[in-house]
Amino acid sequence: MKKNVFVLLFIVVLLCFLYAKEEFRVYDLPNDDGTSLQLEWDKSLADVGQIEILKSFDNKYFTLMQIPDNVFQFTDTDSSFSGKTIYYRLDVKNKEGELINFYKASAIPKAQWFNMQKLPLLIVLLILSFAIVYFINSAKRGKDLYIRRINGLDALEEAVGRSTEMGKPVLFVPGIMDLDDMQTIAGLTILGKLAEKTAEYHCRLIVPVSKSMVLSAAKEVVKTAYMQAGYPDEYQDNDIFYLTDDQFGYVAGLDGIIVREKPAANFLLGCFYAESLIVAETGFASGAIQTAGTAEPSQLPFFVASCDYTLIGEELFAASAYLSKDPQQLGSLKGQDFGKLVIILLIIVGVVLEIFGISVLKDFFTF
Amino acid sequence: MNYVLPLIITFLAGLLMLVSEFIPHKPFESLVSELEIWFMIISGFAIVLGQISLLKMNIFKIKYKSEGWKYCIVTLSAFFIMLLVGILWGTESQAGLLGGGERIIQSIGEKPFDYIFKYIYQHLMASMFSLLAFFIASAAYRAFIARTLESALLLVSAIIVMLGNTSVGTSMTSFLPQSLNFLHLPNISKFIMDYPNTAGQRAIIIGAGLGIIGSSLRVILGIERSWIGGKK
Repeated sequence: MKKNVFVLLFIVVLLCFLYAKEEFRVYDLPNDDGTSLQLEWDKSLADVGQIEILKSFDNKYFTLMQIPDNVFQFTDTDSSFSGKTIYYRLDVKNKEGELINFYKASAIPKAQWFNMQKLPLLIVLLILSFAIVYFINSAKRGKDLYIRRINGLDALEEAVGRSTEMGKPVLFVPGIMDLDDMQTIAGLTILGKLAEKTAEYHCRLIVPVSKSMVLSAAKEVVKTAYMQAGYPDEYQDNDIFYLTDDQFGYVAGLDGIIVREKPAANFLLGCFYAESLIVAETGFASGAIQTAGTAEPSQLPFFVASCDYTLIGEELFAASAYLSKDPQQLGSLKGQDFGKLVIILLIIVGVVLEIFGISVLKDFFTF
Repeated sequence: MNYVLPLIITFLAGLLMLVSEFIPHKPFESLVSELEIWFMIISGFAIVLGQISLLKMNIFKIKYKSEGWKYCIVTLSAFFIMLLVGILWGTESQAGLLGGGERIIQSIGEKPFDYIFKYIYQHLMASMFSLLAFFIASAAYRAFIARTLESALLLVSAIIVMLGNTSVGTSMTSFLPQSLNFLHLPNISKFIMDYPNTAGQRAIIIGAGLGIIGSSLRVILGIERSWIGGKK
């Protein structure tokens, strides 16, 4: 009996020792590249007086910073950590600046191989990727996939035909962002399809761009499209040109082209910001048939008001696959639709759980 | 064969960017910033291509007296003046070939490059931006014609939001008691902007996000090749 009490007492003391909250704690910040340590201290220490943090790599302390009032934690980010033990000293001083007490702590920063905060993102990405690959394979096997009609894209040929009949050019604007923006790439893929049509119809295609790298890509895309259409001689290198990187300088140039050249069809497909309405309204005033598309929600109302057809968000990215009629690409669109279904279900389940006060799903996806 | 190498580079770069999003450990954590630096370097070289295109097109138009060729003279003049003053006297933080241009600064207050930028360029940009106000008015006039039920709903909500953001809107419903606070125009306006509007915008953002993932996969896996002039 006496022995059991002694063992129990020992366990209690051990647990108290293990879980005793230290006044000053330093630990490795999780989910990072091993360059950050988290420092925390009790509120009671701040009540005593001023706090100063000192740091050391080899027991020679230097002042890291004076902590302002009502701050009880600090993240030390230093790229020179690289797996070394870092020592910290927390000095508590009175109002006169005299040292009352000090606490020491140390930790070794470690880099993690996986950011656990991004686990939900990885799961969603994997589900979506598998769905896209599955539907691509289904399409390859010859399965008939239904894709809803996108009026703006169906009207592409009509717009080119109209321009040809009127003897006027077609204007294509790939937005104001560079090649690192997916919207610009989506715009360029549509440009390829459009260029094939203008080549077939012997219609002039004007492509003013605002970024030099987009210029190179656009030239390559249009040139290849004219070659594939069987009319390489019709390709006009001078009709694909650079205007300016400046947002409003670019829009001024575009307005000038619209007013002078009077294109019968305008395609505004890419990333647009404040310049969207200025171009679209000028195009509307010139009487051109206009197709616009962007994934910027704030610019979509302007395009809806001023253009005949608007590709809203995902439709811009679906355009190339839709126009190509290639089963593999159409399969990937079906995969995207499956992703939408998954998200709709998650939203419905999340809303129902939140109504009942259960935040598991919300917490899982909050990172 | 022309497209094999670009497709391999695209696949590897895309995969690296994807993996580095989830792995904070070295060397992945620095890959994104490293590739961004590469992009900046390539962009820097590409600027020359843009300038050559600009010069070529404008000289071509002047040479053949194309429509509006006189504007091309203005463009080229502006281009060379800015280039020249930038090279000779530098910009705000950097000296040019002729030094810091102290004497010019004494007479006009700034270096010629900064002077032109501040007093001509910025005003031209502001003028273009201010056109937006007139275009918004003309677009809104067309959008707010109640032809269908949807456009009528749009018109009503637009009027509420516009009035809710003005002092007139506030005074129009100020007579309502505190118990009917939710019927005050600014509150209805806030409700429309916070809930139906935000919900609609988020739906578009989620759709666009899925579209970006789908497009990226098509590009990374080489299914979509038309952006490099490929067949598909």
